[in-house]
Order: sequence, then C-alpha cells, then structure tokens
Amino acid sequence: MTNIFEVRETNKMIEENNLDVRTITMGISLLDCCSDSVEKTCENIYNKITTKAKDLVKVGKEIELDFGIPIVNKRVSVTPIALVGASCCKEIDDYVEIAKALDRAADTIGVNFIGGFSALVSKGMTPSDELLIESIPKALASTNRVCSSVNVGSTKTGIDMDAVKLIGEKIIETAELTKDSGSIGCAKFVVFCNAPDDNPFMAGAFHGVTEADTIINVGVSGPGVVKRAITEVKGESFGTLCETIKKTAFKVTRVGQLVAQEASRRLDVPFGIIDLSLAPTPAIGDSVAEILEEMGLEKVGAPGTTAALALLNDQVKKGGIMASSYVGGLSGAFIPVSEDQGMIDAVNAGALTLEKLEAMTCVCSVGLDMIAIPGSTKASTISGIIADEMAIGMINQKTTAVRIIPVFGKEIGETVEFGGLLGYAPIMKVNEFDCSKFISRGGRIPAPIHSFKN
Amino acid sequence: MNRTIITVIGKDRVGIIARVCTFLAENNINILDINQSIVQGFFNMMMIVDAQQTTKDFSVLVEEIEKVGDELGVKIKMQHEDIFNIMHRI
Repeated sequence: MTNIFEVRETNKMIEENNLDVRTITMGISLLDCCSDSVEKTCENIYNKITTKAKDLVKVGKEIELDFGIPIVNKRVSVTPIALVGASCCKEIDDYVEIAKALDRAADTIGVNFIGGFSALVSKGMTPSDELLIESIPKALASTNRVCSSVNVGSTKTGIDMDAVKLIGEKIIETAELTKDSGSIGCAKFVVFCNAPDDNPFMAGAFHGVTEADTIINVGVSGPGVVKRAITEVKGESFGTLCETIKKTAFKVTRVGQLVAQEASRRLDVPFGIIDLSLAPTPAIGDSVAEILEEMGLEKVGAPGTTAALALLNDQVKKGGIMASSYVGGLSGAFIPVSEDQGMIDAVNAGALTLEKLEAMTCVCSVGLDMIAIPGSTKASTISGIIADEMAIGMINQKTTAVRIIPVFGKEIGETVEFGGLLGYAPIMKVNEFDCSKFISRGGRIPAPIHSFKN
Repeated sequence: MNRTIITVIGKDRVGIIARVCTFLAENNINILDINQSIVQGFFNMMMIVDAQQTTKDFSVLVEEIEKVGDELGVKIKMQHEDIFNIMHRI
C-alpha cells in the first residue's frame, strides 16, 4: 500500500526537482487532406487538425490536475507537408499558405508548436521537396507556431549533399527574415540524419508515413531529478552511479507511461511511444550540464565530458526501457546550448566549444542543438557543419540533428535572447576555414558499409 | 473505488485534521487511512481516501482543497493514487 515516504519522494521530485512530462504530442496523418487546389488542401488540413486534436489541451490539463504532475507542452505533429502539398503546390507561396493554415489550426486548438513542415530527402529531392525547402524561410517568418525539419540522410541511403547545400543557404535566409526577433526562425528548424517517425519533441517532430492515422506520443524529462539523485552518491564508484541513474530514469519514465496511457484513453487515440529523454530547460537545476558536472567535471567540455555523457545516456535508456511498453522517438539526453543554463555557463567560461559539442553528439541523443553562431557565417560553412553531423549519424546508425542559429548582426561574445523555453544563447566561435568547394560538388554521399566495423 | 492521496504539509496548529475531514465529509469522500506526524513543529499528513461517491469534478475538488489549505496556512495536495503506485511498484 502507498506509504508516506513514497508520496513525499514523488512530490519532492515534482516540487523541488522540476519533474515534469515535457510534452504530449498528438501525431495526425494528413495524407487524406491532399487535393489539387491549395485552398482546398489548407481547408482539409485545418479541419482535420482542429477536429482530431480539439480536446488535446483540455485533456492534458485534466491529467495534470488529477495526478499533480505538470505537463509542460501539448503539441501536434503532422505528416511531412512536402508529401501532402505535392499535388497542389506549384510555387513557394503555395507552401507558405499551407504553413499559415497549420499555424491557424495550432492557434485554434491552443498548442504552442505544430511540427511537420517537413521533407524527407535522404536519397534525393522531388520537385515538391525542393519547393518546400525553398519556402522554409518565408514559412517560418510568417508563422509563430510552425516547426520545420528536413531529413537529409540515413544509414541506409547516405547523405543528400544537394539538400545539405540548399539548406545552408535557407538557414541564412531564415535568419535574415526573422532578424527582428533574434533570427528565431532558425530555432524552429532542424536538419536530421536518420529522423525517427514518432519523435514528440520540437522542432523536429513530424508524423511519419509508417504511423497510424492519429497517435499519442509522450516525451518525459527530469534532469533535475537525476542530478538530485546523483548528488547523494558523491564519490561512489561508477557501478553505484549507474545504478542510481537507472533507478531514477525508471521512476521518471513510469510517470510518462501513466500520462501516455491516460491521454490515450481519454482522447480515444492509440498510444504510440514514450520518448525517454533528458530534456533541460533554462530553469536553474533543470540542466543536463549540471548532471555531468555533478558526476565530477569542473565544467562541461572538460576532458571526460564525452565519457560522462555516454554513461548518462546509456543508463537513462537502461532504466527507462523497462518502465514503458513502447519506447521510441529520440530517447536520450539532449544537449541544447540555449535551453540549458549549465551549457551557457560552460560556453561563457571557455570550457565548451562547437568541436567538443560535436564529439558529445556521437554518444547522445540528437546533436548540435540550439547553437547560436555569428550572423556573418557563410552558408557553405553551415552546410559543412550539417554535413559533419549527418556523417556522424550515418556511420554510427543513430539519429543526429543540427539546429543552428546564425544570429543576424551579432558576433562572437554577444548573446541572443529567444525567451521562454528556448532561453538565451551566447554566440559561439565557428572554425572559419573554407569548405565551399567540398559542399558545392553536388550529388550525394553513398551509404556506408555495414560490416567491418572499426 | 477511486483511491486518492491527500497530503498536508505545513506549520502545526489546532484544527487542521478537523477542517480537512469536514471538507471531505461535506463532499461525500470516505477516509480509508490516515498517517500523521509532527516533525520539528511541522505537520505532516497523508490520507488515503475514496472519492467514488462525490458529485464534484476532481479538478474542482483539487482547487477547493487547496483553498482550505490556504485558510489553514498549510499546503494541501490531492492526487490520484496511480502516480505513486506506478512510480514505486513494479
């Protein structure tokens, strides 16, 4: 029977250590919204989203109250729009219209982000894919809640370098079009390698074509809880450290599982997956960097950081996997710079560089996330950074991503403020040596060999 | 059966249990178990109750019992038992 110590432990996690469910994301297929006119397609999209997800926010709030656990975000992900718009979109503005329809739908149902203004081009781009990518800067500049992503590579197909080149240019363009708000458009755009179909986290969420019509995916979090737990095993061996992280991850994930089941039942939408992630927020104590420092690093970025992160990521998965019946999405520790106070401090102290972050992405979920760089950075350099990160994902059979913000008009040493969950970020130094001849070769990098692993 | 956990934490004073129990009785909520202690002048209580018979929405009860807490100068939380079971039981 429930006892007072367990109740207090759970409530302490919620009240003092920022335990929360980061997001309930409803995936909605828009494949049945296609038509031959932009207007009709927009109408179909708006109607389907506002019908299927009309109770999402209400049910989310009810679950929060019933269990006393905060559910920070309620969101929607949709089928990659390059597929939905292929039959009707003939020019950039057609795709921008669809983005606006998504934005209106998000506004009506009250979700803070809607993901899926996306294209999957890991082997090549259709004219529709290319048009969508071309429309991203304008789409992100003329909407508030729409998030966009492009999958440019996979372990099975290699990397589409034409898309990588084009995206470098579009990121610069997005930064310029949204310069009045710190180039925030780029914070809503992610480039992926091996993108999962069921990721609930923004900005990279989309509803893959392998999914059912509607589905509930839940992203859990709790860096503060993990940090608190390992504070209590200071100086103990790695064995004890790992056990502690695993047990904590189990408890955190169980809460996610409960919320997912309840949301699925109350909305009468099938449960998809739990995403086992440690997602930080700018709140003090809700930081992945602080976990790594608690393990014994003076600052994130110090030698040992990659090993500490590898250990953390693996134990979170080992603990979480038994707590849920279905695990998917990105599942791992996120290391965004702007959304994590510990990361920001490490950059400001000179401990953490872009190159070290790149190394860290080899062992943890996702990749170069929310990194602000000088607005004067060349498009080809951004494409080079993307290509490097995609190569890490492709060779290591993992998801990697880049969400990088060349902040218009800002240089190294300055900071940019995004507000809310996106936080603020110091502008980081980028290696300035040129890679434009490499990027402009055209074509694709072939899929890697799947044997002789070394 | 709709098993719900009520926790009360705060500075001790006369009548905390009386006031909380009155609220529960008014709302037709049955008490199954009470566990209470005073640690260094701090009042600490956990109740397991059955909220099956009440006519009010759970969200309304959560708000109302929070207000009772405010009047008493203590913090009162009301949560479904499932969250504790799922976290601490395999």
